[in-house]
Amino acid sequence: MNDFSYTQAASAKEATGIIKEKPQAAYIAGGTTLLDMMKANLLEPPQLVDLNQLPFKGIEQTSDGLRIGAIERMSTVGEHPLVVQQFPAVSQALLLAASPQLRNMASIGGNILQRTRCGYFRDAAFPCNKRVPGSGCPAIAGDHHNLAILGVSDSCIATAYPGDLSVALAAFDAVLTLENQKGKQRRVPITEFYLLPGKTPQRENVLESGELIVAVTIPGAAHARRSTYLKVRERSSYAYALASAAVGLDVQNGTIRTARVALGGVGAQPWRSREAEKVLTGAPATEATFLAAAAAALQGAQPLEHNRFKVELAQNTLVRALQQVA
Amino acid sequence: MKPNDKQIGSSLNRVDGRLKVTGAAKYSAEYELPNLTYGVLVGSTIAKGRITSLDTKAAQNAPGVLAVISHLNSPKVPGFQPTGKEPSQPQTGGEPLKVFFDDKIRFNDQPIALVVADTLQRARHAARLVQAQYARETHQTNMVAGAKDAFLPSSAKKNPKSPMADYQRGQPDAYQTAALKIEQEYVIPTEHHHPMEMQSITAHWEAPDRLTLYDKTQGTIGTRRDFAKEWNLPEDHVKVIATYVGGAFGNALHSWPHESAAIIGAKVTGRPVKLMLTREQMFTMVGYRPYTWQKIGMSATADGRITAITHESIGQTSSYQEFTESTLQQTRMMYQSPNLTTRYRLAALDVSTPIWMRGPGEATGSFALESAMDEMAHLLKLDPMEFRLRNYTEQDPEKNRPWSTKFLRECYAKGAELVGWNKRQLQPGTLREGDWLLGYGMGVGTFGANRGAAHVSARLQPDGTVLLQCATTDIGPGTGTAMTQIAADTLGLPPERIRFELGQSGFPQAGSQGGSSTVNTVGQAVQDACLALKDRLRELAAPGTPAFATAKKEDVALTDGHLTLPGNAARVPFATLLQQPDAALVNVESKANGADKDKFSMYSFSVHFAEVAVHALTGEVRVRKLVSCADAGTIINLKTAANQMKGGAVGGIGMALMEHAVIDDRYGRYVTKDFADYHVPVQADAPAVEVFFVNQPDYHVNQLGTKGIGEIATIGVAPAIANAVFNATGKRVRELPITPDKLV
Ligand SMILES: Cc1cc2nc3c(=O)[nH]c(=O)nc-3n(C[C@H](O)[C@H](O)[C@H](O)COP(=O)(O)OP(=O)(O)OC[C@H]3O[C@@H](n4cnc5c(N)ncnc54)[C@H](O)[C@@H]3O)c2cc1C
Ligand code: SF4
Repeated sequence: MNDFSYTQAASAKEATGIIKEKPQAAYIAGGTTLLDMMKANLLEPPQLVDLNQLPFKGIEQTSDGLRIGAIERMSTVGEHPLVVQQFPAVSQALLLAASPQLRNMASIGGNILQRTRCGYFRDAAFPCNKRVPGSGCPAIAGDHHNLAILGVSDSCIATAYPGDLSVALAAFDAVLTLENQKGKQRRVPITEFYLLPGKTPQRENVLESGELIVAVTIPGAAHARRSTYLKVRERSSYAYALASAAVGLDVQNGTIRTARVALGGVGAQPWRSREAEKVLTGAPATEATFLAAAAAALQGAQPLEHNRFKVELAQNTLVRALQQVA
Repeated sequence: MKPNDKQIGSSLNRVDGRLKVTGAAKYSAEYELPNLTYGVLVGSTIAKGRITSLDTKAAQNAPGVLAVISHLNSPKVPGFQPTGKEPSQPQTGGEPLKVFFDDKIRFNDQPIALVVADTLQRARHAARLVQAQYARETHQTNMVAGAKDAFLPSSAKKNPKSPMADYQRGQPDAYQTAALKIEQEYVIPTEHHHPMEMQSITAHWEAPDRLTLYDKTQGTIGTRRDFAKEWNLPEDHVKVIATYVGGAFGNALHSWPHESAAIIGAKVTGRPVKLMLTREQMFTMVGYRPYTWQKIGMSATADGRITAITHESIGQTSSYQEFTESTLQQTRMMYQSPNLTTRYRLAALDVSTPIWMRGPGEATGSFALESAMDEMAHLLKLDPMEFRLRNYTEQDPEKNRPWSTKFLRECYAKGAELVGWNKRQLQPGTLREGDWLLGYGMGVGTFGANRGAAHVSARLQPDGTVLLQCATTDIGPGTGTAMTQIAADTLGLPPERIRFELGQSGFPQAGSQGGSSTVNTVGQAVQDACLALKDRLRELAAPGTPAFATAKKEDVALTDGHLTLPGNAARVPFATLLQQPDAALVNVESKANGADKDKFSMYSFSVHFAEVAVHALTGEVRVRKLVSCADAGTIINLKTAANQMKGGAVGGIGMALMEHAVIDDRYGRYVTKDFADYHVPVQADAPAVEVFFVNQPDYHVNQLGTKGIGEIATIGVAPAIANAVFNATGKRVRELPITPDKLV
C-alpha cells in the first residue's frame, strides 16, 4: 500500500474539485473494493476523498420510481420495505451478496463500480489488458472458469462487474443520476452505463473523470413486483455467482404480458437479455416458453474450455428463476 | 464439584475458553516487546531462475525503514553454510529452502527480500518499492507433465521396508485378469490449510547468542532444534513460545522460510522483528496438501469378496525437498484382499514444499479407495456397507497380527441408523424432492494410534494446586483441557486445582502436535507424572507418618490441603511436605509405546455418512446431513472431542465440494490467492454434524485407552460426500472438488 492523504468531502463540489486537481485521487465510500485493490498495490491513489458525508442518501418514492441515494448501504437498501415490496429481485440481489459485514459497509455507488474478480487482474505479477492495456489477456488460455461468455472480446473475457445488484438494476430499467466536475447532473440508464471490453477493456463505464454517482432510480412496474433473483455459486453463501438471473414477469391468465430478464456471472457486463424478453412477451408461462427464452438469452455465447458449463448453467438458472415467478 | 467426580469422559468446558473468547489469550503476533520492529516479505514473481538485479534503494530510503535484507547482504547463517563434511552425493530427500542464501528462485513468490521498519505500514509500503530483475529458466508446475518423471522417494530407495516403498502381497496387479473389475483414476487438487491465524513469528535476540521466538508452531521442541541448528547455538539458548496457536492443521509442523527471515532481520537490526504472513502469502510461503493423482484397480467375486487391489499414487513435491505422506497405508490394511499392490511415487515441480494437511495422505488416499469401494459395490449391485462388511478385516492383513482394538462394525451400524441409510436406493438418481436429487454415501477412515515419548513435570504448590508443565502445543483441540482432566482424575483433585502449562520449549520435552498423537502421548505422561508426584509426596510424608511408608502410591489422596490415606487416620498437611524447595516436584519421562507395538496393529477408525441434495438444474450440492462415527478409544472430553469431529467433517466438506488451488502453469503462479476465489465452507455449507463415539478403551495404546481423533475426523468425509453425489445423480466425480460445473 502506498502513502496517501485523506479528505472528507463536505459537498459534491468539493469532492469533484479535488479530483479535478489531482486526477489520480480516488473516491472512497465503504472502501470494500478500493482498499482491497490498494492493499494489492493495484491502485495507488495519492489521496482518498471520503464521500460518506455527501447528501447522497435516502430511499424515497418519486414520480420516476424509487430513488436510492448512492451512499446508502447495501444492507439498508436490501432490507428496506419499499425495496422488498416493489423490487424483490433487487432486495434479494443485495442480500445474497458478500457477507453481512461487507453489506453493512458497502455502498450502492461502490457496488455498481466494483471491479472484476479475474485472478490475473488482481495480481500485478501477471499481464492483463484491463490493468495494463496492451499487455495481453492470460485468462483466455488460462483460468477462466468463472469469467464471461457473453459480450467478451479478444482483449478481455472478464465479468467486469462480478456482483449482483447491477444485474437486478439492469433487468428493471434503473437509471443512474451522475454529477460531473461542473456540478452538472445527467441521467444514464444502467444498461448504457457499462461498456463492453472491445479493444479497450480498461474502460468499463461511461463515467467521466471525477464524475459521481448520486443516486439510482428504479421505475415501479408489475413485472418488478413479481420478480426474483436467483444466484448459483460454488458454496451456499458468500461467493460470487457462477450464474445468476434477475427476472420479473407480469402474467395474466397464464399469458406473459411483460417480462424482464438479466443475467449475472456470464456477461462482460450485467447482461440484460432483450432476446429472452421477446420470446417471453405474449407467450404462455410454460416450461417450453422458459426453455426457449433461455436458449435465446445464451444464443450469442462464446464459451471457452473452462467456462463452457456456463452456457447450460445460465440457461438452467434462468429457467429455474422464471419457474419461481411464473 | 466433588473431587471424586470422574473428569475423564465428562464435557468439561475448555480451561482456556474464557481467555480465548475475551481476547486475553496471546498469540504469537500479539507480543509487544520494547523496540519492536515489523518485517514484510517480498516474493519472487517467477517460478524458476535467478535474480539478476535487486533494486532496494527506494525501499531503503523510505520512511521508517531499518533494513532491507536479501541474498545480497544477508548475514551468513551458520546452518546454511557448507561444512566441508558433506557427502559427495547430494543429500537424499533434499533440504529446506535457505532463505536469502543465493540468487536462485525455486518457486513463485519465494521470499527474496525482507523489509524491516518501525511500523507495519511503513514496512509494507517499502516492500512494494523493491524491484527485482530475473533471468528466467523453464519451469514445470504441471502435474501431468511432472508425473512423467515420477520417482520412488529416497526413503524407499534406501529402505525397501519403508512405508513409502512398493508393497506386494499375493500376485502383482492381479485385478487385471479378473472378470469383475474396475480401474479408475482419482485426482485431488492442491489445497491450502488456511488456519484462522496466519503464520507469524516475533524473533528476538536477547543476547548475541540467545534467541527467543514467539512463534506459531505445532512443536516448540522441533522449532527450537531447527533454529538452534541454523544458528549453531546450544539448544537451551533458543527459547520457543507458542502458548496459543490459532489453528494450524499441519501447516506449522515444519519451519518455513519466513521464520528464518525474521530471525535474520532481528540479527541485522539488533531489534525484535515481528513478521506475519499475509493471507496471500499463506498460499505460497508455507506448505499445502499436495496435488495427488491416484489410480485404483480392483476385482471381486460376484458375491462381493475382493480378490485384488492395486493402488498407485503420485504426489506433488518441490524441486528441492521430498515430501512424502501415507496415502496408500489404509489400502494395505482396510479390506481383506489376497492380492494387493501399492506403488507410491513423487513428482518434483517448481513449487514450494508441501506439508501434511489434516487427515494428511490418508485423507487423500481414502478419497480414491472409498470411491473405488463404492464403484465396485455399484458394479456388483451390492449395498456399499454390505460390500464393506463382506471384506471386513478381523486382523491386520498387512502385518498378519491382531488389531489392538477395532470397533468399526459398531460404527457402521450406528452411523447407518443415524443417517437413515435404509432410505438409500441401490439405483442412483431415484430419490427426489422437487428439483433436488437426494443421495446417501459413506466413507471410511483410519489412522495409526501412535504414542511417542514425552516428559511432563508436576509440582504441588503451597496453595494446594498442582502445576503441570509440558512443551507440547495446543493448536485448537483442547489439549490443556484434556490434560487437566487426566491429572484431576489421577490426583483425585477437582480440575480447578490443576494448572497445565504448555507451549514453551523450556518446559519438559514433548513432540509436535500432529498425527493425532498428543493425548495418547502427553496424556500418558501426565498420568505418569501425577502418579510419580503422589509417590514423591508419600515419600516426603513417610518419615513423620509411618503409615505412608508402606502405602501404595495409587492409594495416596490429596484432600483439603492434606496428604491422606483413605481408611486411615494418617494426615499430613501440605505445608509439612513443602518445606524443602522443589521437594514436591517430579519430572517424568513416559517412553514411546513399547512391546505392544510389535504384537498388535493399532489404529483409530471412523466412518462418515452423508446425505446430500443436488439440484437437478444447477448442480449445486448441499450436504443435508453428516454423521461421523469414531472408534477412537477412550474419549477424554466428550465436548472437545465432538468439536474435533465436527471441525474435521467440515474440513472434509471443503475438500469434497470447494477447496481447489488453481495454478497457471505458464507462469507457475497461483491464480487463486484470496478467500473470494479459494473457497472454504461457510456456516451455510455445514449441516449440524452428528457425532457418535464407540468410547471403548484400547489399553494397548496407553493406560488411558485413547487412540486419537484429529485425523480420522477428516479421513473418509470427502468420499462419503462424493459417493452420496453419485447415489443422487448417477454422476461419478473422480476429480475433486465437486463444483456445479461438473454436475450440470
Ligand atoms: C469478499 C467479498 C465478497 C463480495 N461478494 C459480493 C457479492 O457476492 N455480490 C456483490 O454484488 N458484491 C460483492 N462484493 C463486492 C462489494 O459489494 C463491493 O465491494 C461493494 O459494494 C463496494 O462498495 P463500497 O462502498 O465499499 O465501495 P468503495 O470500495 O468505497 O468504492 C469502490 C469504487 O467506487 C468508487 N465510488 C464509490 N462510490 C462512488 C460514488 N458515489 N461515485 C463515484 N464513484 C464512487 C470508488 O472510488 C472506488 O473506485 C464482495 C466484496 C468482497 C470484498
Ligand atoms: S480477462 Fe480481462 S481482467 Fe482478466 S486477465 Fe484478461 S484482460 Fe485482464
